[in-house]
Amino acid sequence: MKLTLRVWRQQNAETPGAMATYEVDGISQDMSFLEMLDTLNEELILAGDEPVAFDHDCREGICGACSLVINGDAHGPERTTTCQLHMRSFADGDTIDIEPWRASAFPVVKDLVVDRSSFDRIIQSGGYISAPTGTAPDAHATPVPKPDAELAFENAECIGCGACVAACPNGSAMLFTAAKVNHLNVLPQGAPERETRVLDMVAQMDEEGFGGCTLTGECATACPKGIPLPSIAAMNKEWLRATRKVRR
Amino acid sequence: MPDYTHYATGEPVVDTKAPEGPVAERWDTRRFQAKLVNPANRRKHTVIVVGTGLAGGSAGATLAEQGYHVVQFCFQDSPRRAHSVAAQGGINAAKNYRNDGDSIHRLFYDTVKGGDFRARESNVHRLAQISVEIIDQCVAQGVPFAREYGGLLDNRSFGGVQVSRTFYARGQTGQQLLLGAYQALSRQIATGGVELHARTEMLDLIVVDGKARGIVARDLVTGKIDTYFADAVVLATGGYGNVFYLSTNAMNSNATAIWRAHRRGAYFANPCFTQIHPTCIPRTGDHQSKLTLMSESLRNDGRIWVPKAKGDDRPADQIPEDERDYYLERIYPAFGNLVPRDIASRAAKNVCDEGRGVGPGGQGVYLDFAEAIGRMGRKAVEAKYGNLFDMYQRITDEDPYTVPMRIYPAVHYTMGGLWVDYDLSTTIPGLFAIGEANFSDHGANRLGASALMQGLADGYFVLPSTINDYLARNPHTEKVDAHHPAVAEVVAETEDRINLLLSVDGDRTPDSFHREIGELMWEYCGMARTEDGLRKALAKIPEIREEFWRRIKVPGTGEQFNQSLEKANRIVDYLELAELMCLDALHRAESCGGHFRAESQTPEGEAERRDEEFSYAAAWEFTTTGAAPVLHKEDLVFEYVHPTQRSYA
Amino acid sequence: MTRTLWDSTVGKKTIMAVSGLIMLGYLVAHMVGNLKIFFGPGEFDGYAHWLRTMGEPILHYEWALWIVRVGLVAAVVLHGISAYQLSRRDIRARPAKYVHKRPRASYATRTMRWGGIILVLFIIWHILDLTTGTVHTSFEAGHPYQNVIDTFSTWYGNVIYIVAVLAMGLHVQHGFWSAAQTLGVGNATRDRVLKTLANVLAAVLTLGFISVPVAVMTGVVS
Repeated sequence: MKLTLRVWRQQNAETPGAMATYEVDGISQDMSFLEMLDTLNEELILAGDEPVAFDHDCREGICGACSLVINGDAHGPERTTTCQLHMRSFADGDTIDIEPWRASAFPVVKDLVVDRSSFDRIIQSGGYISAPTGTAPDAHATPVPKPDAELAFENAECIGCGACVAACPNGSAMLFTAAKVNHLNVLPQGAPERETRVLDMVAQMDEEGFGGCTLTGECATACPKGIPLPSIAAMNKEWLRATRKVRR
Repeated sequence: MPDYTHYATGEPVVDTKAPEGPVAERWDTRRFQAKLVNPANRRKHTVIVVGTGLAGGSAGATLAEQGYHVVQFCFQDSPRRAHSVAAQGGINAAKNYRNDGDSIHRLFYDTVKGGDFRARESNVHRLAQISVEIIDQCVAQGVPFAREYGGLLDNRSFGGVQVSRTFYARGQTGQQLLLGAYQALSRQIATGGVELHARTEMLDLIVVDGKARGIVARDLVTGKIDTYFADAVVLATGGYGNVFYLSTNAMNSNATAIWRAHRRGAYFANPCFTQIHPTCIPRTGDHQSKLTLMSESLRNDGRIWVPKAKGDDRPADQIPEDERDYYLERIYPAFGNLVPRDIASRAAKNVCDEGRGVGPGGQGVYLDFAEAIGRMGRKAVEAKYGNLFDMYQRITDEDPYTVPMRIYPAVHYTMGGLWVDYDLSTTIPGLFAIGEANFSDHGANRLGASALMQGLADGYFVLPSTINDYLARNPHTEKVDAHHPAVAEVVAETEDRINLLLSVDGDRTPDSFHREIGELMWEYCGMARTEDGLRKALAKIPEIREEFWRRIKVPGTGEQFNQSLEKANRIVDYLELAELMCLDALHRAESCGGHFRAESQTPEGEAERRDEEFSYAAAWEFTTTGAAPVLHKEDLVFEYVHPTQRSYA
Repeated sequence: MTRTLWDSTVGKKTIMAVSGLIMLGYLVAHMVGNLKIFFGPGEFDGYAHWLRTMGEPILHYEWALWIVRVGLVAAVVLHGISAYQLSRRDIRARPAKYVHKRPRASYATRTMRWGGIILVLFIIWHILDLTTGTVHTSFEAGHPYQNVIDTFSTWYGNVIYIVAVLAMGLHVQHGFWSAAQTLGVGNATRDRVLKTLANVLAAVLTLGFISVPVAVMTGVVS
């Protein structure tokens, strides 16, 4: 396959960036999208240019590092992570636009790499259960109904990649925040901090400069792990409950 | 320079921390003997933790909970991305919730035996004891393990053991456990107990007066090289499987932290013990950047076969039943497709070497579910393996419900690592190694679902107890700062290395060297090793190293985000580590666990251990680059589990 | 709690949801009232008069109507301010656009902001036209039937009204479902019901309101 790539190049957070055009040839259908970029980078290095910077690590769809907007879609045309997208999803001669996640809470570090530490700070504000090592009762002390355990797991699958924010026209982090709130609030172990967790995490999310939710549903469509849109409604419910009940 | 293979044998290395007495009481004894640090004094101690995977994340959180000031590092943009996240299968614990005869002693026994009698009994027993507490801890943190309708935890049998002791969260157990540790760590970051440096990579260890006192690290965004000081340093930087280029490790997993520590004096133990996992998706071509593992639970129902005839390139469905060779079922009728990982891997290599492999390049064997679908129905197969089948289809574009899967072994885990004593202390006082970075618990072969167990045992329970003893006995009064000559020297060496990499301006990319050394290692130090092959590799590695420093091309500067520079710097260390791995494999003229020496096999072609000569852990001491290291042996004593030859026929 | 609501994006959305539902309730009543025009001037003008005497004798003449008006103005103002502030925030959160553009979300969702602005402008015109008569050409207080017929006898009266009603329909279609999510009523099993309800509400309101100008134009009502 022969492809034309238009890639966002930006030296660092301070310098403005622009799209640059490259041609790549000899691309195999079996390559992953990132292996296609590896091929481009090998050529760039040998030509004395700087390779395109992009975040990636596990390359098996679970670490959440990869983060490319491909032809306007977060993680590209398939519902998976960029690293699990294969070139057979494209045709010979295609022009592909590759851009970084766009959100003011995700400033560009270089080229296609963005800073997602705002997500970490949301977790730090309450996305945990306070259970210091050694304090735990026996694992079977509290049974958890299977449907609750499944719901918790469904939300806990979030890989923190940020595709939801990238896809949202408002740059909102509601789906990410909701996934963690629901994971922990649905479990009996998470109950003691149920109210403060949701209030603090939503407050931190606002603090980071993410936009509000207008229920466009773009986040859930882009999510490679299929975190469902109703998670947002469930978090809203938790938040309203907490504003009524909280004891501080 | 003397030949690298002419190593000297030094004083034996002795684990001075493991207590005497019955194995079941040793951990209690050690915890009682260990000195404690007054809670009020703990905040005056700084501990550096490098890595935020299961071991590092849990250690950082726990140490901060105890009151220590923790400074933690990860090269990823977030601690949540450490490669523990990718573990699929599960985590073992001797809970005996199934009432199926499991016990701490049985898990201990299985692990020592599974490790082919090359692990320390004291450590393994402690691991089995702690396994029980890990599950409690994780459930309390909200890890959503699979549950049954009664609300209690589900278990499954894993990796060929006869009890159901594996706890799991669908195929994402590693992710869920890691998020538990990450959340505990996040809580400590919020309280100020942990100071986190993300996108910051350790490049060297600072040793002052024989003790580990800090690290040199590079901020990967600004390129700034900085020093960080502490009273103790903990390495939780994972394994070194990426030396093979293609492995199931993450792209950025690397050996730099442990290798630099080794160069500064920490012994490196059993570097040749690597685990090759039999059920990975085969490579499709030269562009391949990494390999993807599929849970070995697939072998419970899938049947492995290749065509009987060499070079038979008919599609699988056109090969009649009597022209297929279900070779595992044929050779190992008792265990069939469920033989341990190393045996399954080697058998696959053998049939491919005979020219009977399938798929591109003949580097694959079939894992066929046709019989299972016929027996259980497609629905049942879907329920059990649906997510794995989907993953396979996404990567290969083949439908495993109609076409047999193709699998091939791939490097997965490294049992070797920095030598540590019972306290997880390396041979440099004040330097600890936990998780896959150390060599301690798995011997020559790791059992399925035991890596997560060991990482969390080390991080949550072992290190936080044992590090107290070191800190209590070594109250650092004299401050170390950047002006100390020993510190200035390490920083200068690091900067020189970076500058040299940038200044060569040759004509080969970092990846091309990584690929070259990886292919060499896979060929000669992979699934089956021979003296000839290892010697060839040992002759070739210095040549590659020399060529590297002549022809490497790293674009850009050191004062910026520069992924090529990161890669090149890691390859520098692979080029030395590879040499030590080959030497260790050469010196260990026996087969054991994941280490198969073709010269040491039974008449039936099975691995043959040679306990009278090799019942020891090989701890290597660094001398200089390219010069022979010094071997220190730690004799292994088996009081409870008596060595027997494994037999699966 | 008030501060928590006003300071949070989720809280402001709650305010929008509640005020939106109040306005929606009013719209339903208003639409039903409008349909009385099909039963002649007597019934329609009588209904208009009743609106002013509603609540008597406990309340004085027009008090109930004023209470409703004040409530509605409060809802409109809260809805509008919240929308304005949230929109500004949303635009700031996403300053750089993608070079590769593609339409996002449904048409109803994308037009919420412009639709809202159209509705505000329409409400102002509508009050000036049929409540105060300021912009009406032949307004006669107490004769709403004739006033309505006069308005819909002009081409611009029909255009403004029909455009606004269509905007209202789209706004309700996404707004009702969205309010349900914001108030935490939505979940996976209820989603279908809520979406259907939103579509039915939007359709009924749109048809109900549009039937009046259409009837005037076609001479069914004169």
